[in-house]
Amino acid sequence: MTRRVAVTGIGVVAPGGTGAKAFWDLLAAGRTATRGITLFDPEGLRSRIAAECDFDPLEHGLDPELSRHADRYIQFAVVAAGEAVRDSGFDVGQENPWRVGVCLGSAVGGTTRLEHDYVLVSEGGRRWDVDHRTADPQLHLAFSPSTLASVVAAQFGAQGPVQTVSTGCTSGLDAVGYAFHTIEEGRADVCITGASDSPISPITMACFDAIKATSPNNDDPEHASRPFDANRNGFVMGEGAAVLVLEEYEHARARGAHIYCEIGGYATYGNAYHMTGLTSEGLEMSRAIDGTLDQARLDPTLIDYVNAHGSGTRQNDRHETAAVKQSLGEHAYKTPMSSIKSMVGHSLGAIGAIEVVACVLALKHQAVPPTANYETPDPECDLDYVPRTARPRKLRNVLSVGSGFGGFQSAVLLTGPGGRTR
Amino acid sequence: MSTQRPRRAVVTGIGVIAPNGLRADAYWKSVREGLGVLDRITREGCEHLPLRVAGEVRAFDAADLIEERFLVQTDRFSHFAMAATVLALDDAGLGAVDPEEAYDIGVVTAAGSGGGEFGQRELQKLWGQGSRFVGPYQSIAWFYAASTGQISIRGGFKGPCGVVASDEAGGLDAIAHAARGVRRGTAAMVVGAAEAPLAPYSMVCQLAYPELSTVEDPDRAYRPFTKGACGFVPAEGGAMLVVEDERRARDRGAAVRAVVAGHAATFTGASQWERSREGLAHAIRGALAEADCAPEEIDVVFADALGVPAADRAEALAIADALGAHGTRVPVTAPKTGIGRAYCGAPLLDTAAAVLAMEHGQIPPTPNVFDICHDLDVVTSNARPAELRTALILSRGLMGSNAALVVRRGGDLAR
Repeated sequence: MTRRVAVTGIGVVAPGGTGAKAFWDLLAAGRTATRGITLFDPEGLRSRIAAECDFDPLEHGLDPELSRHADRYIQFAVVAAGEAVRDSGFDVGQENPWRVGVCLGSAVGGTTRLEHDYVLVSEGGRRWDVDHRTADPQLHLAFSPSTLASVVAAQFGAQGPVQTVSTGCTSGLDAVGYAFHTIEEGRADVCITGASDSPISPITMACFDAIKATSPNNDDPEHASRPFDANRNGFVMGEGAAVLVLEEYEHARARGAHIYCEIGGYATYGNAYHMTGLTSEGLEMSRAIDGTLDQARLDPTLIDYVNAHGSGTRQNDRHETAAVKQSLGEHAYKTPMSSIKSMVGHSLGAIGAIEVVACVLALKHQAVPPTANYETPDPECDLDYVPRTARPRKLRNVLSVGSGFGGFQSAVLLTGPGGRTR
Repeated sequence: MSTQRPRRAVVTGIGVIAPNGLRADAYWKSVREGLGVLDRITREGCEHLPLRVAGEVRAFDAADLIEERFLVQTDRFSHFAMAATVLALDDAGLGAVDPEEAYDIGVVTAAGSGGGEFGQRELQKLWGQGSRFVGPYQSIAWFYAASTGQISIRGGFKGPCGVVASDEAGGLDAIAHAARGVRRGTAAMVVGAAEAPLAPYSMVCQLAYPELSTVEDPDRAYRPFTKGACGFVPAEGGAMLVVEDERRARDRGAAVRAVVAGHAATFTGASQWERSREGLAHAIRGALAEADCAPEEIDVVFADALGVPAADRAEALAIADALGAHGTRVPVTAPKTGIGRAYCGAPLLDTAAAVLAMEHGQIPPTPNVFDICHDLDVVTSNARPAELRTALILSRGLMGSNAALVVRRGGDLAR
């Protein structure tokens, strides 16, 4: 007997607004949250723009200890998890804590703090033999990527399997996928899952400068992130977090929880091709889509919306368009496919989870979020990218796909009420 | 397809890059002899730090096994992982991947410290010279997914690829992740963890761990389960395994080294060592249940052995809680006291040692450890001959995870 997995709570910290409502308002309006970087002085960088979160931890009820000391990406995650847990009505005090897990993704973890403190102990980058005497006594928390899941698990009383997932830019999708498997296979009944990243830092901006992956549209940041547009020239860095409460279906029903939708399937494959490069055929991503649909025994023609990775790099958008056509065939041309990175940027590991939450909200509101800034068609990207404004549509089966450095290709299927065929 | 027996995940290859040996045979020889290799840290830029002792991988030249083009774009932690993968694939008798089969082989690694040395070098360029001096490989060398990505690319493995960036116990979670991948239909998974946390800035970060030993005498720095317990000593290195569908392994005539039989993981809070008793006991019970294994069937325990008195006590009590009377009789060992704790790599090295111990019928000793102050039968001084069919491997992380893994000897399987 297969265990079904329900989404019963969502929370999000995204550029443009904190909380699921503000997030959906931004997407529905097709508003962009990209701007010149304010978190540090970006002078000298090739790409000096990003989608930043205007985030005040105390305003969101974060406890003062975490507000003062925790890394920004941890704060995002705790706030998003708090919203998701409240939304689900789930009370760990009423549950067996050994059956509650946490599975959170992050691509770069505590590196923003690591860089900040590195500057202090190295005399501004002059010393290899760094001076430990001036180091922050909490620095191990930035060093260890598992701090993310550990802090969230401790906050919410989870004692089951607790994992941090770090598969680069698919971390968010993979964390949701691992959590889905954890419940499906019976290792937990509830899993707090999602992802968080705060990568707007000199080293992360500089390393993407070095490979020209980010957009240099510094003079027009609001229109800089242009997925699928012929004039796209790289992604715009973002930050944020999204968290979902996943729950075994009968467990959710038994406590009378509101069920947004179900996770219908998940698959991931490696492209074994290049750490940063993508083929123009997208066969491995297509394989991930096929694997996801196989699990749900869903015919590809029943997909109603594809939430794209759509980073806005030349190669990604071509790769992804080819992959979706490979898997959906002629149906691809009739299926809206959009990229919310046009509005909230690319928050590396976090974005996969933010996009899954966007799909949950799309199902809830029965509307497809748009691709902002889409103006000029590219002959190599010839699908329906939902230009500029959200579109009402009957949605049952929604697919979210992602692709990342290291060759990871992942897909997650969400099925709303009336979804699937069986 | 008349029999619907679930697919079994078996170990067919072991690759080790450890402070006490490069390759599984050299590692086993040192482990069996109880050789202690903890020593003064010699990595450049670390001499002045108050952490003086570690388990360093020495005399390792990645170029012996890995092409230059992969080495220039990766950190030392990925060099270890790629080299251990070459050794594991060779041990498993797996050659170049057939393109038809590419989707049938996946990769999963655990990572707890990332590419610290590479990252520090690029941070130095950025802050010392300017952003234009940051190289093109920083974006793919520093992050935790580097080893899985490079192993996948170098080997042509397109199957499910994953990374658990968990604390130490994540090493066992990765093995379980691979075994589940096999049970779900992937033919083989390359799985493991290797760490290189001995770069200067990485070490400064680790100095904040209250559990770290700063004792300067290598023979006294890491002595769990004794009155001299004063914390743990870090190490670098790790191991990669090939975990494969049993039927496929038999069909291609590969030796079935061990079965990945059961696993469970729990969480009881960072540095909450007293609470880890309950969490570890719960994980042990879960792993035994998944393995359909009675406590009395456990022939040896590879302990977490953190070396912090409260943590050692919690582990001894957890073993007693979960195994009952058998807990005080079952031999317990911790070969890692001779080499240090390589974070996520540590439980991989323990799993490799457990498989080798079952094959050789010998329980390796716990170097530098004498006069046990807990109610445990810790194997000290010399290896102990024993018929070993089933081993239990324990691991706890500094951020609060507890995990247990049950492995069974491959030769005992009914066909």
